[in-house]
Amino acid sequence: MPDATGLELLARELGDAAIETVYFRERATIVVDPARIRAVLQTLRGKGYAFMASLHGVDHYPEEPRLGVIYELLDMSAVDRIAVKVRVPLEAPRVESVTADWPTADHQEREVYDMFGVVFEGHPDLRRILMPEDYEGHPQRRDFPIGGEPVIFTRDEAKWLEARE
Amino acid sequence: MEVKREPIRRREGSSLSAGTVPVDAELLRVRRLNAPQLLRGGDLQGPNQPAHLEGTELERYVEERMLTTTLDKAVAWARSNSFFPLGFGLACCAMEQFHTAGARMDIARFGFEAFRASPRQADLIILAGRVSIKMAPIIRRLYDQMLEPKWAISMGACCSSMGVFNNYALVPADKFMPIDVHVPGCPPRPEALMHGILKLRKLVQDDPDMGWRERYGAVGTEERPEDA
Amino acid sequence: MTPTESPPTLSEYRQREQSIAPVENLIERSGGETSEELLTLNFGPHHPATHGVLRLLVTLQGEVVRDLKPIIGYVHTGIEKTAEDKAYWKVIPIVERMDYLSYYFNAMAYCGAVETLAEVQVPKRAQYLRVIHLELNRIASHLIWLGTSVLDLGATSIFLYCLRERELILDLFEMSSGARMHTRYFQVGGVIEDIPTGFAAKLREFLKIMPKRADEYGAILNANEIVLQRLRGTCPLDAQTLLSLGVTGPLLRAAGNPWDLRKATPYSSYDDFAFKIPVGTVGDNYDRYAVRLAEIYESVKIIEQALDGLPEGPYITEDRKVALPPRHELATSMEALIHHFKLVTEGFRVPPGEVYNPIESPRGELACYVRSDGSSKPARVHMRDPSFVNLQALSHMTRGSYIADLIATTAMLDPILGGIDR
Repeated sequence: MPDATGLELLARELGDAAIETVYFRERATIVVDPARIRAVLQTLRGKGYAFMASLHGVDHYPEEPRLGVIYELLDMSAVDRIAVKVRVPLEAPRVESVTADWPTADHQEREVYDMFGVVFEGHPDLRRILMPEDYEGHPQRRDFPIGGEPVIFTRDEAKWLEARE
Repeated sequence: MEVKREPIRRREGSSLSAGTVPVDAELLRVRRLNAPQLLRGGDLQGPNQPAHLEGTELERYVEERMLTTTLDKAVAWARSNSFFPLGFGLACCAMEQFHTAGARMDIARFGFEAFRASPRQADLIILAGRVSIKMAPIIRRLYDQMLEPKWAISMGACCSSMGVFNNYALVPADKFMPIDVHVPGCPPRPEALMHGILKLRKLVQDDPDMGWRERYGAVGTEERPEDA
Repeated sequence: MTPTESPPTLSEYRQREQSIAPVENLIERSGGETSEELLTLNFGPHHPATHGVLRLLVTLQGEVVRDLKPIIGYVHTGIEKTAEDKAYWKVIPIVERMDYLSYYFNAMAYCGAVETLAEVQVPKRAQYLRVIHLELNRIASHLIWLGTSVLDLGATSIFLYCLRERELILDLFEMSSGARMHTRYFQVGGVIEDIPTGFAAKLREFLKIMPKRADEYGAILNANEIVLQRLRGTCPLDAQTLLSLGVTGPLLRAAGNPWDLRKATPYSSYDDFAFKIPVGTVGDNYDRYAVRLAEIYESVKIIEQALDGLPEGPYITEDRKVALPPRHELATSMEALIHHFKLVTEGFRVPPGEVYNPIESPRGELACYVRSDGSSKPARVHMRDPSFVNLQALSHMTRGSYIADLIATTAMLDPILGGIDR
């Protein structure tokens, strides 16, 4: 990981695209403006972070902006990792897709769309990937109920039979 | 059960090497007819015992016994000893299913090693693993494609109930298809799966296990709504 | 067909093969008029050759694969959602069931992330025990991969041989933790229990046998005509494309890039051990097979070194806020009782923050991203599964090859659908 100073220098290079930097437990994260994510990733690629290890989503409920997408980048020659984060609100969950530059983002962006509802503009094939195609709702959001079957005990049997009628 | 071993009685003047000894056929016939009585601890000397029947009476006795062993029982015996499982593994339980087919817990000793690839040729579907909502209609279609008679074993906690994951993505197999035997475990050991398959075999042979209450004399321990 | 004037060392089969024209030439020769009809074939979720419930929509021109679209989600279990509902300790069995052949790796990635967040030190003995179990799990995973892959190619007896070895490994797991699979052996701060007496002796026996058995597999498969025909030269993909697709693990190493997290960013005392990284040259199916087979030998070496150098000490962290106190303390110490109570009922709290913890699993980079908001339940647990990302390479690999090569490539890709679908 770049150390704290390196992280600050990097953020300064990115200019006003970088909103915030976080250096936590020796891991570096840059929070970036969602409109400029593609350019930021290209800049970082130029600096050596040429491998995208992971693209995943977070739901920061109840903090706003709620939905976050995290891009984990890896520099194999310098053995360095950096995380780039964008945060979008629920009303306008649109982020530009980086699949054209990073082909590994294909399925991973579909998964973030499926689980969180973040729409990646420019993605070649944005469909649900894990849930059935006609599923409604985005399960990984924190206000989505966990679902499941209730455990039925025989002492409650009368109540369940009643509820059925 | 104590097994009494008696030397085979030999005719006078015969050689002592086994295999070429002419055994007394009548003695063998008597023994075969007496065997059920012996096993049930019955009385061999009574008037209706087959040892004393001769000729046509003996033939009628044997005929009656043959008819009660009906064709159904024979067919059930054949079916139960030659399940063709459908090779169908979903998740972690499939790994233990492989081990059931492996060399230590050999499913082939019972005759069930012919895992068929096509549902039309299989009669036992072992649902090994968690059933997600996307997979459920497909499993139902597979089950419908199987020909009668067919049985289903739900292996593992995830398809029998919801298992470890009680959430939006899973469905217990009971909700969309009839299951004959549920095998609990996460994942069940190969021995446990084998126990489940053998229970199914007993069920097919028309001798189903009535459950643990009968075995332990625990009738009367059920939870009933009026007792709550 | 009569053999052509080729050097007498080529078998008749190969000579005939050389005279069969490739598809492109056929189209050219027919005057450029392409009477091609593209057929879309569905390798449904239930198929004897797909490893788990993977669905492939294959676009074929004759027998040649032109395009491939994987459709997944048939084992989606909502593991990440369930993990948000449970205390940190209870997430370990949930997360173990993700990539169901490398359960210790899932637990390691998660426990490592939580240990980083909570700043918990793992004692040396626990690290060595973790390494032993991780490498045993790597061997077990490669054995199942080998068995099922060559089963797809038609070799049924290797499957039984691999299961025989895997039974020995599962016996060892049962000795140390009580369960064969999904053992909950790794806990936050160390391992749940020390290894029993007899484990080391049994493990040494196994380590004596395993290289010989791997030699046997090699002797059967390495120079086998069928394996060579099916795997050598089929579906190669160069390292640059693989890197752009995010592929790591034996697939990347087969293409020549020696990237291995155990060497690059050692975790859990991996830098105490001397081992090599097998690397291929061409990146075709045969290299993928050879790399994984060679990794079995390396894992055996690592386990030997770990067992020889196993230090004395605690097997879990002494921090009572995170790990349960030993039971004998509960009778004498009040603090131990209170700690035990708090840990079992509510669980431990983790300071807020986000951590991404990558490790090297048998399929590539397995990472766990944990976000905590200060409570006793994680706010987000995401497992970056290697098979999920590696699957994107399948269409690139199989473009222009035959269906039979598609089957072999899917086998060599080693996809685990539990990890792909989570």
